[in-house]
Amino acid sequence: MTANEIKIKSGNSATAILGKIVRNQLFIPLVALLLLIAFNLITDPGFFKIALEPNSDGNMVLSGNLITMIDYASELVILAIGMTLVTSASGGQDISVGATIAIAGSTVLRIVKTQSPNISGAKFAGIIIVSFLLCVVVSAIFGAFNGALVAFFKIQPMVATLILFTAGRSIAAWINNNDNISITDKRFSYFGNFIPGISVPTPVFITILCLIIIAIILKVTNLRLYSQAVGINASSSRLNGINPKVIKLLTFVILGVCVAVCGFIKVSRTSSITYSVIANNIEMDAILAVALGGNNLGGGKFNLSASVLGAYVIQFLTTTLYKFKEIDSSSISAYKAVVVILLIIISSPFVRRWIDDMKNKREAARKGSADLAMAEAAVDSALNNIESETEKENV
Amino acid sequence: MSVNYSALDSKLKRQRRASLTDTNLLLIITIIVFLVMYFCAVIFLKKGFTKPQMFFNILNENASLLVLSCGMTLVMITGGIDISVGQVTCLVCMSCAVHLQKVNEGLAFGNVFTSLLIALAIGLAFGIIQGALVAYLEFQPFIVTLAGLFFAKGMTTIVCSDRVPVTYDPFVKLARTEVTIPFLGSVNKKGIYIPAYVEVGVLVALAVVVILFCLLRWTKLGRNFYAVGGNNQSANMLGINVKRTKFLAHVLCGLCAGIGGYLFFLHACSGSPLHAQGAEMNAIASSIIGGTLLSGGVGNIVGTLFGVLSLSTIKNIVTSLGLEDAWWTNITVGVMLCIFLLVQSVILARKNKNKK
Repeated sequence: MTANEIKIKSGNSATAILGKIVRNQLFIPLVALLLLIAFNLITDPGFFKIALEPNSDGNMVLSGNLITMIDYASELVILAIGMTLVTSASGGQDISVGATIAIAGSTVLRIVKTQSPNISGAKFAGIIIVSFLLCVVVSAIFGAFNGALVAFFKIQPMVATLILFTAGRSIAAWINNNDNISITDKRFSYFGNFIPGISVPTPVFITILCLIIIAIILKVTNLRLYSQAVGINASSSRLNGINPKVIKLLTFVILGVCVAVCGFIKVSRTSSITYSVIANNIEMDAILAVALGGNNLGGGKFNLSASVLGAYVIQFLTTTLYKFKEIDSSSISAYKAVVVILLIIISSPFVRRWIDDMKNKREAARKGSADLAMAEAAVDSALNNIESETEKENV
Repeated sequence: MSVNYSALDSKLKRQRRASLTDTNLLLIITIIVFLVMYFCAVIFLKKGFTKPQMFFNILNENASLLVLSCGMTLVMITGGIDISVGQVTCLVCMSCAVHLQKVNEGLAFGNVFTSLLIALAIGLAFGIIQGALVAYLEFQPFIVTLAGLFFAKGMTTIVCSDRVPVTYDPFVKLARTEVTIPFLGSVNKKGIYIPAYVEVGVLVALAVVVILFCLLRWTKLGRNFYAVGGNNQSANMLGINVKRTKFLAHVLCGLCAGIGGYLFFLHACSGSPLHAQGAEMNAIASSIIGGTLLSGGVGNIVGTLFGVLSLSTIKNIVTSLGLEDAWWTNITVGVMLCIFLLVQSVILARKNKNKK
C-alpha cells in the first residue's frame, strides 16, 4: 500500500475530516467560544436574553449581556486587526497601544473642549471630523516612530514600544495640561454609546466598518502576502524585491490608525478621560487575542478572522467573569491567566508535535501489524503452493 | 618552522581590544553617563545633591528595583524576558503583610523569618513554573510571563484588596534599622552632624549584586547563560544543556523577584495592590540602559547597577528641577531609554559589519 493510497483511503473516513477541522486555525477560538456559551447557558439560562428597553436618554435601545459583550469588544477587535499585521510582519508585539490610545483620546478632547455646547449640527460635525483626523495623524506619527525604531534601527518591537509604554500616558496628560475634561455636549457621546433612533450601539457599526475596510485592503492589495513574506524571512523577501523596512513601518502605521479609532471610541464612551486608567492593560488583551487566534507570535502567516474571533472570546470571558458578583473586578485577571495558560498549552507547537508523534506511532504500529498479516498470508500461500506441488508430484 | 610570537601576541591583544569595544563599550557609556549626570547635578543643582545622603537615598529607595533588575538581566542574557516580576513583588508584599498582621493579632504562628520564607517561596514558585513552561514546553517567554503577571495581579487582590499597613514590632524595628556609613555625613541647619545611613535592604541588594556578578563571571553556569543567549544552536552543539540553562535563568529571576519583593516590603512596611506598579518596565529599562541586549548574549550586572542608579538619578534631577508634575519623569525616562536603544542599535550594526 503506498502512502497515496493511505491518504485516499483515510480521506473518506470521518476521522480525517475531524482532523482537518481540528487543525483549522479557527478551531480553538470557536471551541473556546462554544464552551463559554455552554457554560453561561447552564449557569444562567437568561444570560443571552436581549431586551428592547428605554435608556436614560429615553431612546429605545437593545440591552443584555450579549449586546454589552459585542459593544465592549469593539476596541479590542479593532486593535487585534492592527496587532495581527504588526505581529505578522515584525515578529513582535506593540505594547504601547494602551498609552497611545490615551494620547489619541487626549488629542480628540483637546479639540472638542474648545467648542461651545450650543453650536449647530454642521459645525459640530466639522469639529468632530477635524478632531478625528488630527487624532489619526497623531497616532499614525507615534506608530511610525515605533515602526522606524523597529524597521530602521532593528530594535525588538517589544523594547522599541517600551519607550512609548513608559512615556505615552504622560504625553497624553501633557497634551491637556493634566486637566480633568468632561464634554457636556450629548452629541459627542453618540460615537461611544447610542445614536438616538438606532437601537444598536454605535461602536458595533464602527467595528464592522473597520473590518470591511481591512478586508478590502487585504483583497485588493498585496499587504497580506508582503507582510507574511517579511515575517517569515526578511532577507529573502528583500531579495525578491520587497522592501521589508517599508512593510514593517507600514504595519505599525496601520496599527496607529486602529489605535486612533479605539481612542476616539474610548473617550466618546465616557465623554471624559482619566490619563492613567484609560485602556489599561488593553495591550495585553490585544496580544492575547492574536495568540488565541492561533497566530504565530514569532511572525509569518496570519489569519485575521481568527484574531477577531479571539478578541471576542477574550471579551466574552471578561463579561462572563464579571457576572460572578463575588469576584472582585481586579481579581478577574487571575482567572483569566489560568484560562490563557490552558489555551496556550493546547495550541502550543510542543503539544501539537506530541499529538502528531503519538498519531504517527499508532499509525506505524497499525501499518506494521498490517505488514505482518500480509507477510503471514504470503508465507501461508507459499506453503500451500509447496504442499499442492508436492501433492501433485506424489500423484 | 619558526613562529612569529610577537606578531601573534599583538594580534591577540588587538582582538582583546576589539572585544572590549564591542561589549564593554555599552557598560562604559552607562557609567560615564551616570557620573556626568550626577556631577552636573552636584555642580548646577546643589539642592541636596551635595549631601552624601542624597546618593544613599537613591539606594534606599531602589534596593528592590536593583534586585529585580539583576534577575531580569540574567533572563535577558539568555535571550528571554520576564515581565511578571513587578506584580510578583506586589503579591509578595501583600502576602507578607497579611501574614505579619495575622501574627500580630495572634491568629497565626510566625515571625519575620517565616515571612521571608513566604516571599522566597512565592518567587521560587513563579520562577519554576514559568521557567518550566518556557524552557521545556518551548512557549514564548513573553506570553508565559504575561500570564504570570495577570495571575499575580489577580492573586494579590484575592489575598486582600485593601492597603495593609504592618504594625508587627520586630519587623518594623528591622525595617527602621539604619546602618550608618563611617566618615560620610552632612551638617544640618542647626549645625548638628548627621551621619549618612543606608537601610538593611541596600546591603542585601548589594550582596545579591556581588553574588550574581561572581556567578556570571566565574562559574560554568554563568558562562552557559552567555553561550545560550548568544547562539542557541551552537551552545547546544557545544554540549550545553540549553533547556536546563534557560530554566535555571528563570528560576533565579523568580528568586530575585522574591527577594526584591521582600526588600520592597521592608521599605514600604505595607502591602497594597498598587505597590510596584510598572516595576517590571523599570527593571527592563535599567537592564537596557546598563548595556544588556535584548537579543541575548550580552550583559553585565555592574552595568545593571549603574542603569538603576542612572534611572533614579534622572528622576531625582527632574523632580528637583521644579518639574514636579508626574509626567515629566516618565517622559525623561522614555527619552533616555530611546537614546540608549539607538546607541545600542548603532553599536550592534557596526559589530555586524565588522563580522562581515
